[in-house]
Amino acid sequence: MSDASDDDSGAPGADDEPEPGGGAGPELRHGVPVTESRGQQVLHPGRDELVELVRMLRDDEGFRVCVDVTAVDYLAYDAPRGLPAGVTGERFEVVVGLLSHATAERLRLRVQVPSGDPTCPSLFDVHPGTEALEREVFDMFGIAFTDHPDLTRILMPEDWEGHPLRKDNPVGAIPVQFKGVRNDR
Amino acid sequence: MGWDVSEGFEGLDHNFLTGKLEDLVQWSRAKSSWPVTFGLACCALEMMGAGGAHYDLARFGMEVFRASPRQADIMIVAGRVSQKMAPVLRQIHDQMMEPKWVISMGVCASSGGMFNNYALVQGVDQIVPVDVYAPGCPPTPETLIHAIETLRDNIQTGELLRRRQHNGGGAGLVIEQRGGIAEPDALPAGRR
Amino acid sequence: MSAADLTRTAEGGQEMGPRKGATADELLRELGAVLRMSEAEAAALADVPPDEDERTMILNMGPQHPSTHGVLRLMLELEGETVLRTKPIIGYLHTGMEKTGETLTYVQGPTNTTRMDYAAPLFNELVFSLATETLLGIEDDIPERAQWIRMLLCELNRMSSHLLFLATNGLDMGAVSMMIYGWREREETLRLLEMITGLRMNHNFIRPGGVAADLPDGWRDATLRVLDLVEPRLGEYEVLMTGQPIWRQRLQGVGLITADEAIALGATGPVLRSTGVPWDLRKADPYLFYDQVDFGVVVGSYGDCFDRYAIRLNEVRESMAIVRQILDKLPPGDYRIQDRKVTPPPRARIDESMEALIHHFKLFTEGFKVPEGEVYCAIESPRGELGCYMVSDGSGTPYRMHIRGPSFVNLQAMPHMLRGGLIADAVAVISSVDPIMGEVDR
Repeated sequence: MSDASDDDSGAPGADDEPEPGGGAGPELRHGVPVTESRGQQVLHPGRDELVELVRMLRDDEGFRVCVDVTAVDYLAYDAPRGLPAGVTGERFEVVVGLLSHATAERLRLRVQVPSGDPTCPSLFDVHPGTEALEREVFDMFGIAFTDHPDLTRILMPEDWEGHPLRKDNPVGAIPVQFKGVRNDR
Repeated sequence: MGWDVSEGFEGLDHNFLTGKLEDLVQWSRAKSSWPVTFGLACCALEMMGAGGAHYDLARFGMEVFRASPRQADIMIVAGRVSQKMAPVLRQIHDQMMEPKWVISMGVCASSGGMFNNYALVQGVDQIVPVDVYAPGCPPTPETLIHAIETLRDNIQTGELLRRRQHNGGGAGLVIEQRGGIAEPDALPAGRR
Repeated sequence: MSAADLTRTAEGGQEMGPRKGATADELLRELGAVLRMSEAEAAALADVPPDEDERTMILNMGPQHPSTHGVLRLMLELEGETVLRTKPIIGYLHTGMEKTGETLTYVQGPTNTTRMDYAAPLFNELVFSLATETLLGIEDDIPERAQWIRMLLCELNRMSSHLLFLATNGLDMGAVSMMIYGWREREETLRLLEMITGLRMNHNFIRPGGVAADLPDGWRDATLRVLDLVEPRLGEYEVLMTGQPIWRQRLQGVGLITADEAIALGATGPVLRSTGVPWDLRKADPYLFYDQVDFGVVVGSYGDCFDRYAIRLNEVRESMAIVRQILDKLPPGDYRIQDRKVTPPPRARIDESMEALIHHFKLFTEGFKVPEGEVYCAIESPRGELGCYMVSDGSGTPYRMHIRGPSFVNLQAMPHMLRGGLIADAVAVISSVDPIMGEVDR
């Protein structure tokens, strides 16, 4: 696949994007900090820059495919997170994967989402294929996507309480919660 | 043919079968049972494989999987039952006409399987009364056929109804796995 | 009949409301950013009053239905027999596998992921193993024989998955005997996989570090036998289906989707290739040794159901060609990496060496620890791009394991394909997308 490299940020000269302003701060690509993780490029936009960045990547850079939208809950994570300088880690991270058919290049975007305000702008207008993916993130993590056409639970029943993939939500077997359907024969 | 009623049944052996009504009813129930399509996950593929040409459920008259529960007798719950699916399962079971039987195929249906978490019903017997549990992940088609045969034998002898009455729910027969690498010649010879 | 009476298993906000509620704005968005209406059309629609005499009806199809390929529920808005809007409602097979994956070690991980796409289980194991190996940094040290064995198994699994598609597609279209034929071939492939891996399904054979065991004696003859058996039978299926007028009328021109729509909706695999985009990860971004075998990428031109059927039929042929090449190219060597920290020692060594015993114990109780980091790996499964996004925190279990299921994303393309068709076409379209609900719901 690719050479194994450690995921420390801020190694100058690793990327060849001629973005001026890379000076003493973190490496920038398209104006957002970039790191490398196991040979894969990762951008770290803020929440308010996300949609514009994705739109620009789609229209100008050829990243026409949004491969995946998922999230991670870093509540119980006690190891270095591989974030560049200037990006503070929040509890949730929304991870967006992009792909360019022309160059077979992949890009990953990690957006920090604080636990006090778990919202993130929706990418539906840029990539309609994120509709179900964002619904799943909402269902599993409770991150609300603003401007999403239909933000409802997709995997769990409608009246489920809680967000299963959050770290403070236990895995364990819970009593059966099914609605007793009337026995009409 | 020159038969007089005063002869009784003497001259008519070759035209009559006699037996207890109970036996005849159980014979018809056992031999003519159609499953409802309730394939959920991986076990569904093995169930379809059992209906395929090699394992051939048609020998047992069971290759017609009825889509409508009104026309089916057996519900083979093949696969893991999630919380969202549970009321649907119950509704389909309720729509089936009596007498009906339930085979819980695979470990996920029998007990939640390897997924002991929030998302699955830990055993479908929490929702419907189960008559036969077929273990395996997934059970080989031979195991499924063994489960069906066990169900039929127990229907025929009346054991199933006795167990149901005793348990107050499903009969709860547990069978062993057959076939696979360990038992390559397990294919049951068609004896009917 | 109001929408609330239609089903007792009410899903509340997940259900599709009647058309009265859809404003022009919503229609614009729901048709997607690709099929964008011009502003004039949208304005004209806003002037039209909503449908007062209720010519449309909402019909529920599934989750228990013979043609929904598992537990997929579709709410169809119909005008007569024509489908207008569709809403796929999923989640009926949600198993919490991603949550369970966080509690299992990396050796146990493949047992979990393999049950996601249960028609092609070895692919799920492969993507999990590749992600783990990339995090460990050993992805270049996996022995060649192990990688070739992985390729062999994956291509055999692709064959069996596409044969499953041919069988169920035939059944859905009414060619009931195709179900029996497809299953007959699939049985042969499964028997071969059982000989190699020990199980017919959910093999848990491809593990981080290599594969679980070497190929058994006689595998070469068995593989050749399967290939020689399946090849002429594919010709029989062509005779049965491809040239047949009824088959063509049912599938050609049904479920159309353009390349731009497919790309915008994130579709991959045969759904995308049927529109003419020759995107196959085995060629574009080769993993394992796919750059050393010669095969073609099958591409359609119209984006309809017939193209998707033809693509999968020919992909069986391509997979058989790959398997034949693998038979020639398979090198001798180790079937797993000889790194004692990752791979358990052979069972016989446990009796001889204390160290081996300790390693075995630690590996199977605690599991090996993977350095912290995050990675995304993707492979080409029979349904499209299967990806694994894994985050590790340095412990023996993944911190977050997310599988990008291709069927989950392909299902978003389905409402577009169903629009304007008949209900019978809905069956054809669902079948041609070939979703496996295990990986949709995970």
